[in-house]
Amino acid sequence: MGSIRFDKVDKVFGPVSGGVKALDDINLEIADKEFVAIVGPSGCGKTTCLRMVAGFEPPSAGIVSVNGKAVTEPGPDRAVVFQQFALFPWKTVRENIELGLRNKNLPKAERDGLVAGALKLMNLESHADAFPHQLSGGMQQRVAIARAYVLDPEVLLMDEPFGALDAQTRVVMQEELVRLARVNPRTVLFITHAVEEAVYLADRVAIMTRRPGRIKEVLDIRSVRQAESWDRHERIEDVMDLESFVHLRTQIWKSLREEKGAHGV
Amino acid sequence: MQTIPLRLSEKWAWGALGLVGFIGLWASLSAFGIVPRQFLPSPLDVLTRFIHLLTNPFAGATLPQHLASSFQRYAYGVLLAAFIGVPLGLLMGWFRWLDDVVTPLFDGLRFIAPIAWVPFAALWFGVGIGGPILIIFAGAFPPCLINAYRGARFVEPRLIEAARMLGTGHLRMILEILLPAATPSIVSGLRVSAGLGWQSLVGAELIVAAAGVGFMMVQAQANVATPTVMAGMVAIGLVGMAIDVMLRQGEAWLRRRRGLQA
Repeated sequence: MGSIRFDKVDKVFGPVSGGVKALDDINLEIADKEFVAIVGPSGCGKTTCLRMVAGFEPPSAGIVSVNGKAVTEPGPDRAVVFQQFALFPWKTVRENIELGLRNKNLPKAERDGLVAGALKLMNLESHADAFPHQLSGGMQQRVAIARAYVLDPEVLLMDEPFGALDAQTRVVMQEELVRLARVNPRTVLFITHAVEEAVYLADRVAIMTRRPGRIKEVLDIRSVRQAESWDRHERIEDVMDLESFVHLRTQIWKSLREEKGAHGV
Repeated sequence: MQTIPLRLSEKWAWGALGLVGFIGLWASLSAFGIVPRQFLPSPLDVLTRFIHLLTNPFAGATLPQHLASSFQRYAYGVLLAAFIGVPLGLLMGWFRWLDDVVTPLFDGLRFIAPIAWVPFAALWFGVGIGGPILIIFAGAFPPCLINAYRGARFVEPRLIEAARMLGTGHLRMILEILLPAATPSIVSGLRVSAGLGWQSLVGAELIVAAAGVGFMMVQAQANVATPTVMAGMVAIGLVGMAIDVMLRQGEAWLRRRRGLQA
């Protein structure tokens, strides 16, 4: 089980009176095993939404809860994949993936099995003993995803995870994530400013306004994806060519464009 | 202004020029009697004396024996400073309350020169090994603490967040995240500590010791044996340089191992 709920959430940065209001009355429910992407102009507070679920920041008002329990601190039930990977540079790939399992006090044999599984899942077997700086950006992000997945978290929080990767690597990782979601479905909250990425990956896409960030509308992609059977296509570019995909993408684009002064979303 | 980096051979050449110039000036000052030879011995006198002291005892021991005795105290003092300063600094970098407790006290104490502890070192420890160790400790402790603290405090916030998200507890956070992240800063601190400790050592031995380079120099001064005093100074300089070179090598090795540029 892994449902997420934002209930009348506000976030103010700085002093309580006279601070900057970053988020205004956020209400959103994400069901168990649902993949929801939040898109919005830069600075709209979408990352702050994720950080509140992770427990890195408290809401100024309202409640953020996971499985009906208010979030108070970070924990391995809510694994985070960061844009800048945040791997421990002094630990090998294996040690990075293993840390969360050691924190759970699992016996060595069980840890080894789980790490081996995660390495295989992310095609990292031949790099298990490499240090992060010896790997490409795409590889490093695979390690970060493996480190999150191995914890068997209830929810997976991904903060622009492919934002730091080049275009080709990005496409490969997006396809990889779709594959993962089929093999091992999770509740995912995915933050991005790339509209196509959101439409390709998510069950639903939430569109946010400029600061103070509000949720403007939530689009259901799932029904279109099933009706048009996107999943038949192996490659992302084939899906992106479909009329139904283009239509949804344009709809979100327009919605974002309406945000006064929004550029380069 | 020189903007092109010097080649290594050029660097050595300039360095040698500086050294030769300095020794030439020194030699002429004593040779022409500008400063009485009794007050400023010539470089040759000092060198001769230095070589003599390598095998002949003065104040109860040869120069290498005095150095060994000094080095022992020094090692105790610096190691004690490192073993207390580094863990305390890391703990202060993680637990905010400990930072609040220690910092005001420490900020006052660290400005007291190590030599100011001499009266108490003598009073508390007499001529035992404790006195010099206290003074060396006073010199070496602040950089150990400050660098471990800063290193722990300025760990990339994302790494702390990643570790917390993975459920890392306090002890493991300090040992496996803060310590390795702070290691480059800690090693720089240890280098500074080693230098300051070695400087404080002579001050310590000038007053409270029964052997050591500082003790040898005090005895020589009482006999107006100025070449011996200077031979002691040369020995201190050389050992200090050797310690620094070794620690620099260690630092560079560590950086290379981490995949950072040297």
